[in-house]
Amino acid sequence: MDSNTIKDDWKENKLFISRLIILSVVTIFFAILLIVQLYKLQIVDYQEFSDLSQGNRLKFMPLAPTRGLIKDRNGIILADNIPNWELVLIPEEVNDLDFTLDRLIGLKLIDELNKPRLKQLITSQRQFEPIVISDLSDDQLAIFSVRRHQFPGVSIREGLARYYPHNKLAAHAIGYVSSISVDELKIIDVSSYAATSVIGKIGIEKSYENQLFGSSGYHHEIVNAQGRVFQEELYPGVPSLTQEFNIEFPYKLPEPGKNIITSIDFNLQRVAENAMGDLRGAVVVLNSNTGDILSIVSSPSYDLNLLAQGASLEDFSQLSNNANKPLFNRALLGTYPPGSIVKPFLGLGALDSNLIDENTRPVCSGFFILPNEDHRYRDWKISGHGPVNLHQAIVESCDVFFYELAVNMGIEGINNYLRLFGFGDNLDLDFSINAEGLVPSRQWKEKNFNNFSDKIWYPGETVITGIGQGFALATPIQIAYANSIIANKGIGVKPRLIIGYEDNKTGEIELIPRENNKIIDIKDEHWDYIREAMRGVVVDQRGTSFSVLDGVNYSVAGKTGTVQVFSIGQDELYEEEELAEHLRDHGIFMAFAPYDKPEISISVIVENMGSSSLHAVPIAREILDYYFNENKLN
Amino acid sequence: MKKNIINDLNIVMDKTILIISLMISLYGFFILYSSVDGNEDLILRQAIRLIIAFSCFFLISQIPSTYFRIFTPWVFGFSISLLVLVMLSGMVGQGAQRWLDFGILTFQPSELLKIVVPMMIAWYMHEKSMPPNFNQVLVIISIIIIPSILIMKQPDLGTAILVLIAGALTLFLTGISKRIIFLLASVLIGCAPVLWHFMQDYQRARVLTFINPGSDPLGTGYNIIQSKIALGSGGLFGKGWLNGSQSHLEFLPERSTDFIFAVAGEEFGFLGLLSLLFMYLVLVGRCIWISSQASGTFNKLLSGSLSLTFFFYVFINAGMVCGILPVVGVTLPLISAGGTSMLALMITLGMIVSIHKHKNLLS
Repeated sequence: MDSNTIKDDWKENKLFISRLIILSVVTIFFAILLIVQLYKLQIVDYQEFSDLSQGNRLKFMPLAPTRGLIKDRNGIILADNIPNWELVLIPEEVNDLDFTLDRLIGLKLIDELNKPRLKQLITSQRQFEPIVISDLSDDQLAIFSVRRHQFPGVSIREGLARYYPHNKLAAHAIGYVSSISVDELKIIDVSSYAATSVIGKIGIEKSYENQLFGSSGYHHEIVNAQGRVFQEELYPGVPSLTQEFNIEFPYKLPEPGKNIITSIDFNLQRVAENAMGDLRGAVVVLNSNTGDILSIVSSPSYDLNLLAQGASLEDFSQLSNNANKPLFNRALLGTYPPGSIVKPFLGLGALDSNLIDENTRPVCSGFFILPNEDHRYRDWKISGHGPVNLHQAIVESCDVFFYELAVNMGIEGINNYLRLFGFGDNLDLDFSINAEGLVPSRQWKEKNFNNFSDKIWYPGETVITGIGQGFALATPIQIAYANSIIANKGIGVKPRLIIGYEDNKTGEIELIPRENNKIIDIKDEHWDYIREAMRGVVVDQRGTSFSVLDGVNYSVAGKTGTVQVFSIGQDELYEEEELAEHLRDHGIFMAFAPYDKPEISISVIVENMGSSSLHAVPIAREILDYYFNENKLN
Repeated sequence: MKKNIINDLNIVMDKTILIISLMISLYGFFILYSSVDGNEDLILRQAIRLIIAFSCFFLISQIPSTYFRIFTPWVFGFSISLLVLVMLSGMVGQGAQRWLDFGILTFQPSELLKIVVPMMIAWYMHEKSMPPNFNQVLVIISIIIIPSILIMKQPDLGTAILVLIAGALTLFLTGISKRIIFLLASVLIGCAPVLWHFMQDYQRARVLTFINPGSDPLGTGYNIIQSKIALGSGGLFGKGWLNGSQSHLEFLPERSTDFIFAVAGEEFGFLGLLSLLFMYLVLVGRCIWISSQASGTFNKLLSGSLSLTFFFYVFINAGMVCGILPVVGVTLPLISAGGTSMLALMITLGMIVSIHKHKNLLS
C-alpha cells in the first residue's frame, strides 16, 4: 500500500507538472495575444485613435445663467434679454489663436480692441471649455456662416443678449452691460463667466451684477470630429445612453439671476425726460415719504443698446468726447452751485439759532456792503426789495437779506445747518456712486489751497455763500433730498432706487428693508414758517415761480435758484445774449407737493439756459401736472 | 523543537509575491487617483481596502495550509448559503443583486466562490488518486456548476464565468484524460443555446456587440469603442498621468472599476501597459513555480489553479477592454476599485505564500 502510494505520488506529480506546463504555455500565448492587440491599438492604429479622441468626444458645455431683468415699480421692463447669436471658440481646437483672431477681426466679427482681452480670457480658461467671444448681428452671422469651415474650433450658437427696450430712458440709473475687460477678468470668477461674454459696467447693471448674474451651470454634449452634435440637451430628459449603461453625465442647471425691481415710475420718467428735451441738466423726483426715486434724469442721455451691443470705437469716442457729456450722470455726479435754493435752509438755521425772527426786517437797497470794504454785493433786483422779513426774502429771493444773514451766522453756522440737510455728504445711494458736493469752511479752505493767501477765509466768501454762490456745490439728488426734509418737517428719508429682488421662477419678491429715517430737531413753528414761505414762492404774486405755477390744480411749494456761472464785473449788467452759452446762468428749482401732505419732492437743474423760471420751473410743472392729473387717474 | 516554534512565529513571507503585489497595487492606486479625478473620499476608501486586503494577505500567509484543507467543506457550505442569502435579500446595485451590506463594507459573496470552488475540488481530490475516475469527475463538475448557476442568476455573468474557469482549470490540473476533456467541451458547446436562454438582455447585448462593435457606436458598442479610443490614443508613451482626455471627460464608463485598464493605457501608453503585464506575469510565474514545488494534492491543485485563475482575471479584463473578449464585468486584479475582489485576490496570494512556507517547514 505504502509503495503503491509513493509510486502514485511520483506519477501524479509528473502528470500535475505536465498539466501546469501546458497551462503556462496557454498563459504565455494569451499574454502574447494581449500584447499584440495592444500593439495594434496603441502603435499601429495610434494616429486614428488619437484623431478620434480629439474629435469624437463628450464636450463640456458651460451654460450661461439668464440675466435678471430690471423693472420699474409697476413691473415695466427696463432691461430685457433677447435671443441672439454668439460666436464661440474652443481653445484646444484652435491651432493658431492669433491667426484665427486676426482673421475674425479682418471680417469685422470681433473688435480689434478686444483682442488682448480675448487672448487673456481664452488662455486662462480650461482648454476644452467653449468661450463666447462675440455677439453677432444678422449681417455678421451671414458673414461667418459662409466661412465657417475656415475656422476650426469657432462656431455659432444661440444665446441671450441684453436689450434695453426704451433705449435712452433712465439710461444713467440702469447702466449697461458690455464685454468683460482685462481688468474685470482679474476680479471675477472666470469659470462662472465661461458662457457669458458681458458684465455690468455702470449703474444698476454694475452695482447689482451678482444678483442679476445668478450662477452658471454646465452640461455635456457628444459631438463628432465635424462638430456635429449627436446628442444635445442632455437635460432634463434622460438620454438613451444613460439608460443603457447607467452612466451619469454630470450636469448643473444654471441658476437665473434675480430681477431687480426699481422705484422708477416708467411713465413719470418718460414725462420728465420729454420735459427736459435736449437741454443739459438733471431731474430727480422722490417720493418724499418713502425716499423712492420715481424719476432720475440726466440730460442729454445715450442709447444703452449702442453700448450693450459693443459700440464701435467711433461711436464710443463720439459719446465720450461729446461736449454735452451724455455719459456723465448729472443727477448724481453733477455738482452745481446751489444758488438761492440754500435760502430756506439758512433761514431755518437762523430761526433755530434765534438770530432772527419773523419781525426782523432789514432794508434791501439793492446791494450789500461789508464794514470796512467798498465791494458791493448786488441783489438780483437792482432797485432793491425795500424792508423785507424772512418770509418775503424767500418769496422774492432777496439776496441782500441773506448776505446780512450769512454774515450774522458766520461760515461755521452756515456749514452746520447745510450739513444737517445732507449737503456736502455722500448719500451712500444703493445703486451708484454719487458726488459729495461741497459745503465750504475755514478748515476746508486751509486744507485744499496751496498759496498762503488762498488758505485764508475771507469775510466776502461768507457773504456769497449766503446765496449759494462761491465754493458751495450740490448735486440734484442732494437738493431733492434736502427739499424733502423741509416737506417732511425734519424727517430725512434717504433716497433709494432698489425696492427689491424678484425671483425669476416663482415671481416672489424679496423687499429690501428701508433704512431708518434721520430726524432734524427744529421747532415745528420754524418748519411751518419756512414751508409757508416756500408756498409763497408759488402763490404770492411776487413769488419767483408764480408766473409759471399760477393756477395749477394742486398745491405746491418750492424755491427757485438762478446760479451765476460767470462772475460779472462790478457795476456791469448781465446780458445773456452777449455771453457764450456755457457761461450763462443755470436755472434751479426745487419743489414739493401737495403742500399740506407732501408726496413728492422734485429738483430740476437746467444748465446755461438762464433764469429758473424759463426752463427749470416749467419742467417741474410738466412733471407735477402729470403726477397729479394723469398718473393719479391711472 | 522549541526553536521550530519560534521559527513558526517568525513572519515568513515570499518576497517576490509581496513586492510585486505591492508594486501593482501602487500602480493601481495612481491610476485610480486619476480615474476618480482625485476624489478624496474614493481614494481614502481604496486606501482602506488596500490596507485591509494586505493585512488579510499577511494573516492568511501565516496559517499552515493544512488548516485551509480542514475548513474547506465548511467554507464551501458557508459560501453557498451566502449566495442563497444574496438571492433572497441581497441589496440591489447596478441592476443586479450581488452585494451583502454589512454596514461599512458591502460584500459580494460571489467573489468568494472564485477561491472556494478550487479549494473544494482540491479538498475532494486530496485523499484520492489522480486522475479522477468518471464518477469523481461528475462530482467535481457539480461542485463547479451549482455555485456558477447561482451566481449567473444574480445576474453576474463575469464572476460566473470566472468561477467556471477556476473550476475548469482545477479539473484540468487533476489530470483528467483528453477523452473526458473533449466530451466536456462538446457538452459545453451543446449547452450554449441553454446558456443564451439564461442570460439577461444586457448580457446578450454585450455578446452581440462583441461580435460587431461598430454596429451601434453610441448604443451598446459605446463601452468598447470608447475604451479602444482611450487605449489607442495613449500611443507608445501615453498622454501622461491625469492627462487622459477620454478618461477625464467622463468619457469612459465605469472607469474606476471594469475599464480602469483603459485609463492606464491612455495615460501611461503601450510601455506602461507592458510593464504592468510584465509585473502580472512575474507574479503569476512565481505562483506557478510555487505550485510546481508544492507537496500534497490539496496544495498542488489549490496553488496551481489559483495562480492560473489570477492570470485569467488579468487576461479577461484586459481582453475585454481592448476588444478581444466580450464585456463581462470583470475587475482588474489589485487595481480596480472594489473591496471584495481585492480581498479575495490577496487571500489567494496569502494561501499560495502559506503553501510555499508550509512546504519549507516540512523540508
